[in-house]
Amino acid sequence: MTAPAPIAVRMTGISKSFGGIRALDGVDFEVFAGEVHALLGGNGAGKSTILKVLNGVHVPEEGEIEVGGQRLAAHSPEAARAAGIAMNFQEMSLIPTLTVAQNVFLTREARDARGMIDDAESVRRAQAIFDMLQVEVDPDALVGDLGAGQKQLTEIAKAISQKARVLILDEPSTALSVSDVERLFVFLRTLKAEGVAIIYVSHRMDEIARIADRATILRDGRHVITAPLSDLPIDVMIEHIVGKKSKGLADVARGDVTRGEVLLELSTVTGPHKPEDVSLVLHRGEVLGLAGLLGSGRSALARVIAGVEPAVAGEIRIKGRTVAIRRPSDAIAHGIALVPEARATQGIIPAHSVADNMVMSVVGRISPRGFVDRGRVRAIADEMISRLSIKTASRDHAVSTLSGGNQQKVVIGKWLATGPEILILDEPTAGIDIGSKAEIIRLVRELAQAGKGVIVISSELSELLTACDRIVVMADGRAHQVLDRAELDDPAETNPEHALQAAERRLQVEIQKALSIKEASHG
Amino acid sequence: MAKPASAPAGAFFANWRQNIIYIGFVVIFIAFALTLNDKGFLNPNNLLNIVRQTAMIAVMAVAMTFVLSAGEIDLSVGAVAGLATVTVAMAIAVAGPFGGLLAGLATGLAVGVFNGWLTTRIGIPSFLTTLAMMGIAKGVAMWISDTAAVPILSPSYSWVFGGGSVGPVPVLMFWIALIAGAGHVALRRSGFGRRVLATGGGETAARYSGIDTASIKFRVLVLSSCAAALAGMLYAGRLQSGRFQLGEGDELSVIAAAVLGGTSLFGGKGTVIGTIVGALMIGLINNGLILMGLEFSQQLIARGGIIILAVALSQKRR
Repeated sequence: MTAPAPIAVRMTGISKSFGGIRALDGVDFEVFAGEVHALLGGNGAGKSTILKVLNGVHVPEEGEIEVGGQRLAAHSPEAARAAGIAMNFQEMSLIPTLTVAQNVFLTREARDARGMIDDAESVRRAQAIFDMLQVEVDPDALVGDLGAGQKQLTEIAKAISQKARVLILDEPSTALSVSDVERLFVFLRTLKAEGVAIIYVSHRMDEIARIADRATILRDGRHVITAPLSDLPIDVMIEHIVGKKSKGLADVARGDVTRGEVLLELSTVTGPHKPEDVSLVLHRGEVLGLAGLLGSGRSALARVIAGVEPAVAGEIRIKGRTVAIRRPSDAIAHGIALVPEARATQGIIPAHSVADNMVMSVVGRISPRGFVDRGRVRAIADEMISRLSIKTASRDHAVSTLSGGNQQKVVIGKWLATGPEILILDEPTAGIDIGSKAEIIRLVRELAQAGKGVIVISSELSELLTACDRIVVMADGRAHQVLDRAELDDPAETNPEHALQAAERRLQVEIQKALSIKEASHG
Repeated sequence: MAKPASAPAGAFFANWRQNIIYIGFVVIFIAFALTLNDKGFLNPNNLLNIVRQTAMIAVMAVAMTFVLSAGEIDLSVGAVAGLATVTVAMAIAVAGPFGGLLAGLATGLAVGVFNGWLTTRIGIPSFLTTLAMMGIAKGVAMWISDTAAVPILSPSYSWVFGGGSVGPVPVLMFWIALIAGAGHVALRRSGFGRRVLATGGGETAARYSGIDTASIKFRVLVLSSCAAALAGMLYAGRLQSGRFQLGEGDELSVIAAAVLGGTSLFGGKGTVIGTIVGALMIGLINNGLILMGLEFSQQLIARGGIIILAVALSQKRR
């Protein structure tokens, strides 16, 4: 054994709340100099929050931070940077109207003898970083013109150009090719040897296993375990990540499936960026889940079906008839409704009333001779409020006064008003409390039982498992396999909570497997 | 022909939408030269007149380029220029040319600090802040001058600020060159300029990168008001008087000049050279339309049409 490495970062008792919800609850986190430390946890576990606290973007309510033995006095991005902390922000810190080199050295521009910005020198330095990483990025290109992978490399270059003592990489590889990830790892090992502390966040267990020395797992804003990776085989990691957070969902009954005719059929459908070559079938009366990590092409597939990003190849059939979906109105005309991911910006107008939001998609239909029929508006709003049991003071209250779960129901109601047969829900429970989550899932089941075909996208596997009859596992824009929900159940397990956890672990394993298939095929 | 020269020229025309302002300027110039030659368009005096009429717009438009690039807008520039003509003229009457200079700068600084404070500290969008300031500045100018013109009886002031010329070259030409050169270097080569472009290009990203975006916005609004006050000083010098009507409606020409030159109304993109050419183009169009003998009503319509055409051509196709 060598002597214990000096501690690069020590965070003690960090607590942080957002609007009454505890995102971090007395979390301790310690990283040594010269190690790659993986930070793991499910959605809402608090990973991003603790990193943003460390990086000075969020100010913690309680707790202390020491960097290199020095207590951080102030919480601001400038203070964190002065302490030698650099972080990539999943594309959040890039300015689309500046070039790659200008972004990499923003606020740290190369200067000439007269103190003027020397862009040519910045380009040379950026090129040197990309050469060191052995990746191809044009330092002169406008960031707005780059693809996701190139943006990610720019973010990484920006972080490492700061020559930090603590380098935080938050999901740096979601859009990178396998060979680029490999080169990044080679580089990280060099940095490690120089004594840099690297905090690495990823949902890919295979990556963690290859690069990390130790791992810390968070769950529900609490610290679960910190251990060397040799003590954390993948199934143990998954167990710690999953924990008991399925609580509240386990008692949603899935009920009987009465699978009807084929409503929607995709064959080898390819979108403008993703998905690639996806084929799937959706029946009347069933809920189909799309599982996969960020960037796996789940939402892109939804956008293709809904005509937001029309398919460039392949065939879409609805009830056996081939249809052309070129724009969202085509999809709506064919009975497809997409409840989009970003509720606040894509789903509702918060300042408008529940009733006005509810009829937004059918205004034309209820306006004979150009005047909106107020009676019809009231009828539709009241029907949806009772059918979806939306908790609102009245149909005339602004949607912004409702809770997140009820806002989401308004969005669903808005689309149900169009009378769709195929309903696609993208992350329908994001940012909603657990009680409302179960209610939304129950609603999804009821819609399927009422004869609709439903597609659900969710990053929370326990939700997918509760809601769906079949689950498509996606990775890298492709559909890898279709799992029957029942196959994931262990018939011997009688406790529904344990059964759900067991199923979630299995689904996790399948998702990780799909990733490694991708790696193998890329060779 | 030699080939090496064609590569940059090829790139220039390949990005023709981006460079439409330069192409448009040349095309319009040639068109006027051919059709209006008999009316004296190419007469050096007429060409210098275009420069004289454009100078104030150009000075304000250079600062507006910074404001727009930072994702803000300043609608008060015309009224502030008018107010500055009055304060300058009144100060010269009691304290001489140097006092007038200080009064002009103080006017710009005061308005700019107020605009910036309301926008960045109170959180009122700059559109509203400066829209309100437009009325306030004009009202103050009318009130302190009793709506009457205030004469300026200082030949030295008038010579430096807009009236004089060195040989055939009007002093206003030097002002344009000075402001354009300083603005160009500041936007392209200074840390401040880069922070302005970053703030307008992506405010959240800029903040995450450690840029104090509120301070940047504050500073561009102060800069804009100071430029407006300078424009007012030039108006006052050129016309040897201060009047509240001077600069009225200039904000539209100023914003049009910047946008014609390729500065984005949505922030993050701006060029001072383009703005100067945009300002000259507006002056060129005004001049040509007058020489054509169009009535004022017809001039307004034609000018609006040409600006819409130029901006439409510069839009990226989807």
